[in-house]
Amino acid sequence: MSVESRESQVATRVYEVGGKTKASGWDWALGLLSSVAFLVALAMVFGYAPREATMGEIQRIFYFHVASAWVGFFGFSVTFVAGILYLVRSQRRWDILGLSSAEVGLAFITMAVVTGSLWAGPVWGTYWTWEPRLTISAVQLLLYVAYVMLRASTANEERIARFAAVYGIVAFVTVPLSWFAIRWWRTIHPEIVSSEGMGLAPPMRMTLFVSVAAFTLLYAALLRQRMRLESARDRLTAAQGRLAPEEW
Amino acid sequence: MLRQIGAIVAKDLAAELHTREIVSAMLVFATMAILIFSFALDLRGASGRAAAPGVLWTTIAFSGTLGLSRSLAREQQNGGLSGLLLAVEERSVIFFGKAAGSFVLMLLVVVVLLPLGSVLLNVNLLRPDIAGVMVLGTVGYAAVGTLLAAIAVNTRAREVMLPILALPVLVPLLIAAVQATAGLLEGMVPVDSWIRMLVVYDLVMIAVGVVTFEYVVEG
Repeated sequence: MSVESRESQVATRVYEVGGKTKASGWDWALGLLSSVAFLVALAMVFGYAPREATMGEIQRIFYFHVASAWVGFFGFSVTFVAGILYLVRSQRRWDILGLSSAEVGLAFITMAVVTGSLWAGPVWGTYWTWEPRLTISAVQLLLYVAYVMLRASTANEERIARFAAVYGIVAFVTVPLSWFAIRWWRTIHPEIVSSEGMGLAPPMRMTLFVSVAAFTLLYAALLRQRMRLESARDRLTAAQGRLAPEEW
Repeated sequence: MLRQIGAIVAKDLAAELHTREIVSAMLVFATMAILIFSFALDLRGASGRAAAPGVLWTTIAFSGTLGLSRSLAREQQNGGLSGLLLAVEERSVIFFGKAAGSFVLMLLVVVVLLPLGSVLLNVNLLRPDIAGVMVLGTVGYAAVGTLLAAIAVNTRAREVMLPILALPVLVPLLIAAVQATAGLLEGMVPVDSWIRMLVVYDLVMIAVGVVTFEYVVEG
């Protein structure tokens, strides 16, 4: 058997197991769509949304803060579902989905914590408060940093996929439990700074909606790229294994 | 099933009785932790009383990770886990057995920690209601810890990995346990919702452990 045909055989096998590695029309479309959506969202945040009466300009960070927190949480719930599917079916593509979604979600939740802290600084006079929403984002940040560290901690691919799936489930179950614990904790103690109790004006609500849509599109675009990268890595490993088994 | 769980617990306790390495390490560590807290936070009189629940639970949380990673590492070093997997078909039985074994070991530490903390922090921790909170917290800790320790022993970093994996998952448990303990010490704040939180946490984590443990130990 010639090298090329062997390689293509490996490639098709991995293609089935791992997923696509070539950029498809969807990848381009998602990239383009999220870029456009972001431009619109930016224009709305700075041009359309009214200036908040008490907080002033700094309040505009709210639109991206909420959107990134939402997308982070959404990404982790995808990891949770992918983890269950992986444990049930043991198919590599669910592992790829879970890992990609966790990494992308981690980037967004980090953004949520940083923007939340930036917002808290001028408005509440302190860069960190144990406000429930901010705290739960920080807890999620820690949980999924642990997830990513776990993924990097052993070379055994099949084993780490199982471990990560289990940890993805445990971590996700922790989120609502932490949420209730943090909220009770903060309400039993006197609450000095009450957070968003504010009703949103319709233009603000519209801007928030568009921001969330833009962030969700960006999440989808990044997720696809991350999955493609992982599939390409699988293909590379398989090809290396087939071509020069004695060296690996 | 209960008989099998009991056998695993008895085996763990017999091994521990033989070497005494886990409980003694946890105890020494816990004692030093309380001392360090006292120095670092200057815990005298009223400030000691106020900080007692936090100091107590932080000490339990850290010494617990120490004991759990040893307990699972011992199993792995001697090939004991493979033996268990061969001997016991039902994976959840192994989970319950290991978790119960860890629970008993941690409880031994708590039994020493409570009088010690009472003396050093100048509070009365030897009360049945506080002991109840300790038991509830330790159950959830043992469930989470056993599942995650089984993962951590199979990674390169091992002892380092367990606290990284376990501590963020333990956040709700620690908040609830500290608040319940503090509420009981102050005696005025109602603690029912925290107790309920601990019970829910315990049940959820035991359920997750039972369902997922087989995927951790297989292969």
